[in-house]
Amino acid sequence: MKNFETEVAIIGAGSAGLCAGIQAANAGAKVMIFDENHLPGGQLFKQIHKFFGSREHRAGIRGYEIGKQLLDEVEKSGADVHLNSVVYGIFDGNTLGVVEGDNHYSVKAKKIIIASGGKENYLPFKGSTLPGVMGAGAAQTMVNVNRVLPGKEVIMVGSGNVGLIVSYQLMQAGANVKAIVEAAPSIGGYGVHASKICRAGVPIKVRHTVLEAYGENEVEGAVVAELDENWNVVPGSEQNIACDTICLAVGLNPMSELAYIAGCEMTYIPLLGGHVPMHDENLETTVPGIYVAGDVTGVEEASTAMEEGNLAGISVARALGLINDEEGKEIADNFRNRMLNLRSGAFGEGRRIAKATQVEAFNEFQAKEGAK
Amino acid sequence: MDRNVIICRCQEVTYGEILDAIADGATTVDGVKKRTRAGMGLCQGKTCQRRVQQIIASQTGQKPEDVLPATYRVPVRPIRMGVIGGNKDE
Repeated sequence: MKNFETEVAIIGAGSAGLCAGIQAANAGAKVMIFDENHLPGGQLFKQIHKFFGSREHRAGIRGYEIGKQLLDEVEKSGADVHLNSVVYGIFDGNTLGVVEGDNHYSVKAKKIIIASGGKENYLPFKGSTLPGVMGAGAAQTMVNVNRVLPGKEVIMVGSGNVGLIVSYQLMQAGANVKAIVEAAPSIGGYGVHASKICRAGVPIKVRHTVLEAYGENEVEGAVVAELDENWNVVPGSEQNIACDTICLAVGLNPMSELAYIAGCEMTYIPLLGGHVPMHDENLETTVPGIYVAGDVTGVEEASTAMEEGNLAGISVARALGLINDEEGKEIADNFRNRMLNLRSGAFGEGRRIAKATQVEAFNEFQAKEGAK
Repeated sequence: MDRNVIICRCQEVTYGEILDAIADGATTVDGVKKRTRAGMGLCQGKTCQRRVQQIIASQTGQKPEDVLPATYRVPVRPIRMGVIGGNKDE
């Protein structure tokens, strides 16, 4: 088995990992980035819609174009991207175990950034293991990356931005979205996405849920019913809707196994997807030298993930002494301010407060440890 | 929820089996896992674990933050033992 050494090792070549790699490598660090997929970019290459926000967050540019820009910047930066490379463990707080194709090797790093992303939540119901029931993210990969239509008649469960955007993209690809079913009393995602769907004639059924998927060998339909204010099924409201695909867009949660294995302390923040790693304002966890960025720190969206990646990249460069401290602080503050802009308004304020709680949890933990 | 609804897809563990494990004394995800194999399949709990956590919290009255994930161990991804052992054909 070969053993490599590097200054910065990054797990995940998605929005956060690529930005972290660009910042650290541009500051002069030797950077290795690992991703288990055969293409870099994480979720960006599935995003065929234009991003929101301001110009500094690349608003108005489609997600896959942002992905291309990042890959271009990564190449110029000199960061070394390893694809088809599974990081299966972190040992001694500083060494990764990697399987790249048929090769097994270890990488000892001065700084590690975990940018492993998130995974989709599951919703169990009768028949939910029938072929045809899938995550909305999976359906989006099929349509936008592999150009395969998962089905012709779709029911989407969940009206957050993922449910709304994927519904629209399935329609663009030729599917008929029969309904969007939302258990909450109101639509979860942006009005601009919901309006597009409504104008196309797709009913968004709030206070409704899928009780059952039925079919012999695959999904042939769903039983959809209304919920009362206590989330109980309204008797007699059940209706059968014929479909061949049921997509679940019921949120995501952080892919935090490696952070657990490394020994990072966690805190529980439901809005960010449950147990998330505590980190300081530079995204360093309770394990010195291990940083986190992107959805693994708490599920948000791609623009925030990119800024967290930027901050983590600059933070490790500062910690390695590659940037003078005054300049480094100014750059980091700028990234933090850009994150505050993203975490504002009706959809962002809750996340801003949640993220502040996460840093507070870190500070409390360190104070307790220091007192011991 | 119907007792026959499958919670762990990989190992085909039902809601009823998880309730039985809790009735048998399981108070943690690891306890449910050891009794039922929920979370021991190919995805290693990536699909069902959060549901198992929620079921344990609601059945035992524990706070959601106190029901921790199962103990994670290396390797966190399925990898072929032959790659690590040196002979990839075995």
